[in-house]
Amino acid sequence: MAEAAPVLVVRQLSTVFPDRDGGLQALEEVSFAVYPEQFVCVLGPSGCGKTTLLRVLAGLLRPTRGEVLFEGQPLRGPQRQVGLVFQKANLMPWRTVLENILLPLEVQGLPRPAALAKAQAMLDLVGLQGFAQSLPRDLSGGMAQRVAIARSLVHDPELLLLDEPFGSLDALTRERMGGELLRIWQAHRKTVVMVTHSISEALLLADRVLVLSPRPGRLCLDLSVDLPRPRLEEVRYTPGFAALSLRLRQAITLETPHPLPPPLKGRG
Amino acid sequence: MKANFLLISSSLLLALLGWHLLATLGGLPAFMLPGPLQVAERFGRALQDGTLLRHTLVTLAEVLLGLAAGVGAATVLGYLLARSLPLERLLSPYIIASQAIPVVAIAPLLMIWFKTGLLAKVLICALIVFFPVLVNTVVGVRSVPDDLRDLMRSLQATRWQTLRLLEAPAALPVFLGGLRIGATLSVIGAVVGEFVAADAGLGFLINVGRGLYDTALVFVAVFTLVTLALLLYGLVALLERYLLAWQRKP
Ligand SMILES: Nc1ncnc2c1ncn2[C@@H]1O[C@H](COP(=O)(O)OP(=O)(O)OP(=O)(O)O)[C@@H](O)[C@H]1O
Ligand SMILES: [Mg+2]
Repeated sequence: MAEAAPVLVVRQLSTVFPDRDGGLQALEEVSFAVYPEQFVCVLGPSGCGKTTLLRVLAGLLRPTRGEVLFEGQPLRGPQRQVGLVFQKANLMPWRTVLENILLPLEVQGLPRPAALAKAQAMLDLVGLQGFAQSLPRDLSGGMAQRVAIARSLVHDPELLLLDEPFGSLDALTRERMGGELLRIWQAHRKTVVMVTHSISEALLLADRVLVLSPRPGRLCLDLSVDLPRPRLEEVRYTPGFAALSLRLRQAITLETPHPLPPPLKGRG
Repeated sequence: MKANFLLISSSLLLALLGWHLLATLGGLPAFMLPGPLQVAERFGRALQDGTLLRHTLVTLAEVLLGLAAGVGAATVLGYLLARSLPLERLLSPYIIASQAIPVVAIAPLLMIWFKTGLLAKVLICALIVFFPVLVNTVVGVRSVPDDLRDLMRSLQATRWQTLRLLEAPAALPVFLGGLRIGATLSVIGAVVGEFVAADAGLGFLINVGRGLYDTALVFVAVFTLVTLALLLYGLVALLERYLLAWQRKP
């Protein structure tokens, strides 16, 4: 897979937010590449710049230094081949479920009948057939997030960017949604970059896990996850999973200064 | 719904009865406080000879034109202010200062500048409607969630698409709140203008009634004004019901 041309190339990316004392550095010298059909998870402590990284990849935020290549071209702004899922479902409360999924096609100016057929197919894909005419306020958190995923896929993007998409869901729903995302990814062969703060979620889903250090976020580990697929729940209890899990945990805790005395020696 | 109606109509009847008793047993002359029956009779006469309709139509025209002008200007300016910080910094001192001047005080000025015709009243009406609609437009457009703005940007929506698909529907609840206030104020605006100088309209009719000690006619005009304001308010409420159906509790 690594021989194919990368979908995304990130080179020496730094992002500084201007503030009163000289600027707040969110990302520092981050470099990596993402290859077609890869599922990459980005892991890191809160506030390390994961959302910032994703906003840069989505073309919503210009990096202060460094560059991003999307399919070989320097990224200058948002791309239509990119689908975006936010931490909260981020639906329009005045639109029905179906109309929310239709939004990207409406913006692209696709004729209504074709758009409706596509949106309907997405609704089926995320298992919400009966809810086309429901309003977002009548959905559970998991259902709303499914609508958001359907909306991000409806215009058939090549790259899917997800920012802690299941962060606000309970553990069981979260696991099920992860499974559904995996099924969609396998059926449609998209390239996925997903931010998460759950080690086990990253290991269950990803081909590769990138770990960011606390702010300023630097890339401190790029770990290949070679666990066989399909990864069922039981994979959690295998030695391979445990070993990877430990490596990730160490990468995160070694980089995270604990407010409480940590059970590690020789740290100040 | 039915109980509600019953409650309202019985309280209305009670108020009318109280008024009637006060007028007949209070010992006040009719030019001080006419009873409801006298007012009803005067209403019938004013309706028959066409005065009421003629003056109501004049006021209604002023109100509707004033509303349209005020709401139009406030919506456009409010949107621009909400989207441009420099513009807001530049204009907001003037806008706030303008609110410190009572409309009644500048009404005579407008009369001098624009003569006593329809235009002056429409302007006063528009002025009074302008501010609440402006403020609510700014607040409404500012309340559009950043994440939804990001979504529209990531979809490469045009300025116009963002306005039509995101900003307008998102700002609508707050905007309609402003319109509701503006609609009732607009009637006040028209009457203020008619008080200062006019030869037609319900405000003019009140002045005439006062001059002739025809107090029942004053009552008729006031009630018509109240009805007009209530109708406008109801119209906006109806609009809200229709446009904001997605907000209603099931
Ligand atoms: N628009 C902005 N202006 C100024 N500072 C910002 C902006 N966006 C983010 N930051 C700062 O940059 C840092 C990284 O923020 P970011 O949201 O990327 O973190 P994160 O890793 O996504 O955190 P979390 O896990 O809590 O979502 C934070 O300190 C944040 O306060
Ligand atoms: Mg974040």
